[in-house]
Amino acid sequence: MPASTSASASTLIAQAKSIAKEIAATHADAVDKDSRFPQEAITALKDAQLLSAYIPASLGGAGASLSTLVEICEALGQHCSATAMVFAMHQIQVITLVRHASDHPWYQQYLRDLVTHQYLIASVTSEVGVGGEMRRSSCHVQQDDKQNSTQFKLVKNATTISYGAQADDLLVTARRSEDAANNDQSLILVRKADYSLEQKGEWDTMGMRGTCSPPFLLSASGVAEQIIATPFADMSSVTVVPVSHLLWSGIWQGIAAAAVNKARAFVRAQARANPGTTPPTALRLAELVCTLQTMRTSVQACLIEYEQLAAAPDAAQGILSSMPYALKINNLKVETSQILPQIVGKALLICGILGYKNDSKFSMSRHLRDAHSAALMVGNDRILATNANLLLILKDD
Amino acid sequence: MSIEKIRQVLKDHARLAVDIATLADDADLYEAGMTSHASVNVMLALEDAFDLEFPDRMLKRSVFESMAAMDAAIQELTA
Repeated sequence: MPASTSASASTLIAQAKSIAKEIAATHADAVDKDSRFPQEAITALKDAQLLSAYIPASLGGAGASLSTLVEICEALGQHCSATAMVFAMHQIQVITLVRHASDHPWYQQYLRDLVTHQYLIASVTSEVGVGGEMRRSSCHVQQDDKQNSTQFKLVKNATTISYGAQADDLLVTARRSEDAANNDQSLILVRKADYSLEQKGEWDTMGMRGTCSPPFLLSASGVAEQIIATPFADMSSVTVVPVSHLLWSGIWQGIAAAAVNKARAFVRAQARANPGTTPPTALRLAELVCTLQTMRTSVQACLIEYEQLAAAPDAAQGILSSMPYALKINNLKVETSQILPQIVGKALLICGILGYKNDSKFSMSRHLRDAHSAALMVGNDRILATNANLLLILKDD
Repeated sequence: MSIEKIRQVLKDHARLAVDIATLADDADLYEAGMTSHASVNVMLALEDAFDLEFPDRMLKRSVFESMAAMDAAIQELTA
């Protein structure tokens, strides 16, 4: 498809579903077993120009909505959670650039180039000393005036960079200047040719193994235009946090649906073996499908509300940056990430020993291990502590 | 008067990276290092000091980003 043609949502979703079923699914077990990057599926997503799906048609992209991306995440998540997570994390970066930097010529050109070259962007927010606290940085941007332009340098000791070794470009948080407070952060895109990464450890985890997220020491440079003018604090509350929670929830729905689909197939097989009687597992399945529907409904409700609020002209100063909204979108993340392992666990009980075996078509091992990452990626206790603090002042009036 | 009271609350609760005395009324407090967590303590202390309650619609970054903005919100609630 030429870059100038914008595709409809249904075409994009159909392409993603086909990649999920035919490519991501084929390699998912190897990706998990070897803790390797899902290269085949990501290459297919690039070939289908899905990495630039959200970029508006005026800059050459398909102009997809967040809802379309959530649906794509679910489709990918059903077959290979690592592929889905890499896709989601990349899209969080693209959405942030489109929403907060696309009025700047440097970024307009970058987004056009992203459509052409399908660059994969990784996020560098974690840092030694501040851990998983996205809204604090220890490192800082160091600016120097040289000839006719202002250059910057940046060194960051990141505790984790998902697909750091496989990404093209990086979007990095850092203190705005040497004397800036640790929550006064800028967001900077650094280009492949301008940075080096020194891997400082391994990524050998229980689940989400294909995201390849070891620690790295990052050294980068660039021109001042790459430092996005909007403070990261503003982008974080109105875009980064809600979009992350919605896209992740899409993936988690996909993992849940994969587990439930195996349970459905198992119950159907039991029913076929003994026609005329409803197997006892069918009751458990009925319960499980009910829980999955609740999960989907809460994701959908938050998604619709977010898309409406984000389309409002005063979104940056309005409801999205308010404490009641922060509480609500945090609750979505906590709830969906808690419900996911419960769903997979119940699907495992339905499938019994065949779900427990690794070499069975009903195996729940990968889904269950992946599911447990949900509560940890931005730890739920950290989020609940934030909510507890907000509830000291919120009144629900 | 109320700005001085706000200053005192910030001095006690905002945990800024700089001395509050060096900041203008309209200085950005988040830039001065006030975290979201500290801003909640500031709000609670202001509610106590001024004997009022901030409705949820006021609980957003822009209302607490400077002493002048807090003063405007308090004036609106006490008018």
